[in-house]
Amino acid sequence: MKGITFLLIGIFFGITMTKSEALSWFRIYEMFRFESFHMYGIIGTAVVIGAITMTMLKIFKVKVAGGGLVSYTPLPLNIKRHLISGTIFGLGWALVGACPGPMFVLAGNGYFFILVVIAGAIFGTYTYGMVKDKLPH
Amino acid sequence: MLDDLIYPSWHWSISGLAIAFILFLLTMAGRSFGVSTTFKNICGLVGAGKKNEFFKFDYKEDSWRLFFIGGAIIGGFIAGVLFPNPFAVSLDSDTIFALEKLGIAYPTDDSLGHGFFPDEYFRWDSIKAWIIALAGGFLVGFGSRYADGCTSGHAITGLSHFQLPSLLTVIGFFIGGLLMTHFLLPYIL
Repeated sequence: MKGITFLLIGIFFGITMTKSEALSWFRIYEMFRFESFHMYGIIGTAVVIGAITMTMLKIFKVKVAGGGLVSYTPLPLNIKRHLISGTIFGLGWALVGACPGPMFVLAGNGYFFILVVIAGAIFGTYTYGMVKDKLPH
Repeated sequence: MLDDLIYPSWHWSISGLAIAFILFLLTMAGRSFGVSTTFKNICGLVGAGKKNEFFKFDYKEDSWRLFFIGGAIIGGFIAGVLFPNPFAVSLDSDTIFALEKLGIAYPTDDSLGHGFFPDEYFRWDSIKAWIIALAGGFLVGFGSRYADGCTSGHAITGLSHFQLPSLLTVIGFFIGGLLMTHFLLPYIL
C-alpha cells in the first residue's frame, strides 16, 4: 500500500476527530462527568458498526491488501496488566484531555501547546521501553 | 446550503460511523488501527532503536503510520482552520459550572473559540501548564505502550474484535479517567 493511501485515510481521520468534537479537552471532561451522551454515542456507534463490519469481513473471508484475511492477534490475558496500564493511561487522558490521535489533530487545528503533551507522551513511551522487562505482563 | 454541510460539527452517530469507516479502510489496507504506536516509531526514528530493539523502526511495517499521522494533522487543519464550525462545542451547563469552579472559563479560555482546548489556561508562560502537559503526556505515552494500545487500538479496534483484554483495558481507562476527573483535577488545576 502506498503512503498516499494512508495520508488520505489520515486526513479523513483528522477531519472526523475535529467535526466529531472527540478531540475536545472539554468533551473528555464532560464525558468523565457523565454529563453528556455525546462521546458515548460516538464510541458506542463506532464499536457496534465496527464489530458488525469486522465480523462480516471474517465470515465472508474477505481478503485485505497483501492477500491475508482479517484477523486479530490477541494479547495474552493478564487482568492485572490490563487494568493497571489502562488506569495509567486514563489518568493521563483525563489530565490532558486528549488521547494520542486527537493530540496530533489538535496540533493541526492550531493548538500548538499540545506539542508539549506530545513530547511528554514520547518520553513516557521511551521510559516504558526502558523499564518494560521489570513490569508484569 | 453547502455551507451547512461543511462547517458544522457532526452528530455523534455520523461521527461513530466515520470512525468505523476508518477502521474498515485501515483493515482493508492490511493495517491495524492504532495511533499510540506512532510515539514508539518516533522514538525509533530519533535513534532509540540502536540501544533497544523495542524501538526499532521497520520501514516496511511502520512507515504507513507517519503518513497517517501527517494526514491527521492536515485533516485537523482542513476541518478546524479552513472550514471551522462557527459555534463552540455546546457543553452541558453543569459541565460549564464545574469548569468554572476549577478556574476554567468556558468557552473564553479557548483562544480560538472552538471549545477544543483551554489554551488560555494551559499557556506557554505557565510553568504549571508545562508540568501538567508533560506529566499527563507521560502517563498517556507510558500507559498506552504498557497497555499495548490506546483508545483507537483497544476501545475501537479491540472491542470490534471482541477482545477481553481490550475490554479490561478500557475499564482501566475509565478507572483512571474517573479518578483524575473527580478526585485529582480539583487539586491539580
